[in-house]
Amino acid sequence: MEEVPHDCPGADSAQAGRVASCQGCPNQLLCASGAGTAPDPEEIKEKMKTVKHKILVLSGKGGVGKSTFSAHLAHGLAEDENTQIALLDIDICGPSIPKIMGLEGEQVHQSGSGWSPVYVEDNLGVMSVGFLLSSPDDAVIWRGPKKNGMIKQFLRDVDWGEVDYLIVDTPPGTSDEHLSVVQYLAAAHIDGAVIITTPQEVALQDVRKEISFCRKVKLPVIGVVENMSGFICPKCKKESQIFPPTTGGAEVMCQELKLPLLGRVPLDPHIGKSCDKGQSFMSEAPDSPATLAYRSIIQKIQEFCSLHQSKEENLLSS
Amino acid sequence: MHPSQVLLLWSRRPPPGSRSRGRPRQENKGQRDCPRPIPRLSPAAAAGPAVTYFTPQEKPECGNLAGVRHIILILSGKGGVGKSTISTELALALRHAGKKVGILDVDLCGPSIPRMLQVQGRAVHQCDSGWVPVFVDQEQSIALMSVGFLLEKPDEAVVWRGPKKNGTSDEHIATLEALRPYKPLGALVVTTPQAVSVGDVRRELTFCRKTGLQVMGVVENMSSFVCPHCAECTNIFSRGGGEELARHAGVPFLGSVPLDPELTRSLEEGRDFIQEFPKSPAFPALISITQKILDRALAQLS
Repeated sequence: MEEVPHDCPGADSAQAGRVASCQGCPNQLLCASGAGTAPDPEEIKEKMKTVKHKILVLSGKGGVGKSTFSAHLAHGLAEDENTQIALLDIDICGPSIPKIMGLEGEQVHQSGSGWSPVYVEDNLGVMSVGFLLSSPDDAVIWRGPKKNGMIKQFLRDVDWGEVDYLIVDTPPGTSDEHLSVVQYLAAAHIDGAVIITTPQEVALQDVRKEISFCRKVKLPVIGVVENMSGFICPKCKKESQIFPPTTGGAEVMCQELKLPLLGRVPLDPHIGKSCDKGQSFMSEAPDSPATLAYRSIIQKIQEFCSLHQSKEENLLSS
Repeated sequence: MHPSQVLLLWSRRPPPGSRSRGRPRQENKGQRDCPRPIPRLSPAAAAGPAVTYFTPQEKPECGNLAGVRHIILILSGKGGVGKSTISTELALALRHAGKKVGILDVDLCGPSIPRMLQVQGRAVHQCDSGWVPVFVDQEQSIALMSVGFLLEKPDEAVVWRGPKKNGTSDEHIATLEALRPYKPLGALVVTTPQAVSVGDVRRELTFCRKTGLQVMGVVENMSSFVCPHCAECTNIFSRGGGEELARHAGVPFLGSVPLDPELTRSLEEGRDFIQEFPKSPAFPALISITQKILDRALAQLS
């Protein structure tokens, strides 16, 4: 096991990543970026003032298509050129967003006003720890406090500018990253969380845990998206349930938990291909049932956020 | 870094000279003789000190893993590629090959395996020699230990924080460090064909290399889907990722497991897919992968 360097100055120190003994440590670049220093939650709140809506994309289980969904939510919202969209990938150990957005190999630049996100379009900026890794093969082996530091850094030091929607792609489960982001954003108000699942009970049992986490930390749930919901054979057009909803799928679970089912997205081989190429699947296959499903879901999310905003405004003016 | 499962292959008799203080799973004691059920964790308790299933022994031949001939880690850098599925099916196939198998599910946040073997809700008991795993069958040929057994309410989130759980990557590191004295056979890395998964798995392979863990090979899961109506084969999750990954990393490609609704359903219902669905699309690939593991295990012994 590669140990931390013998004279490691400590991830929190001002010397982190900068002294001779840091040479060769896999975390050198990350430490040098200042991830270890602990900023103030108030600073984050200040920075978040220019962000109108914050949406977390969660899933209890890995591999249900959360990052795919986050990326397409961002693309979908960014189709309106008058809205400014930001996508933040805090999956510190498995950052998929750069690849899905076609930004692999991009680097982050620092200016006087903070870190600049990488722009896919003029109105769509992306930030991910993936941009800080020197090679796609690098493993990020981090422990709790360092990860929290990185998240705080993202929230405080990234210069997003005026943003209409900040979408946060989280890692699966109820880990440190979740708690951190909810903690730091809580003061600055999160509109809500969208929870992604697939139809089978193995996924749903993890989603229930995720929902119970949201309730515990008082995070509003915008709704649930059932992904990989059915497959239509391109040849004979007959439908198969590859991931059978043996306990009724997301629909039954949403009824039980009194949560909105935002929609069901079927499997479509174009989705995987587009993600691999780093392109928006909705542009590549505009007539696919999956595209239609995505668009309908995105609209519902926008409606929720507008309603949320009106309520806030009413409260403030009353 | 994503959590892993550890597959332990028991011998039928303890290796000569290594009898240690009572290993109930070898001697068919069962849970009747171990009267102290381990209390389940309430969410508050779950936030307390992390559970360690075993501590490394100075002399591996005297520890609770002394009767374990082969240790295989099932890893992937990415969640949801089918690690639990592959672990479960491998265990079932090995059982059918006459082996005794243990599964250690170190997925602290999403323990799926109890349900896949239809033992969700079972209690874990404690004996003088340690915790008794849950036996899946009468013959005690598959034993399972999972944090899923320790949760009070299955729907409760286990929210682990800071140094107590040490983040998802630390489960990995802790597992590896504890297993090192027992010389694991190696790691089996699971991926899906998509480049997105492959990217995460590449990082996992780096981790293996850095920690000196031998990679036995790559398994590509969810490879393709054969329409049950017209037999058309579709690559739903792209193609080629597994083989390319194996080539890039210089490790063997062990095989591709296709999407198979019968397999998914079996896991949902806790059924033995290997026994009940030998004609199903995923069966040949799973058996072939199991055989390769058995061959490796045999090679290690000689």
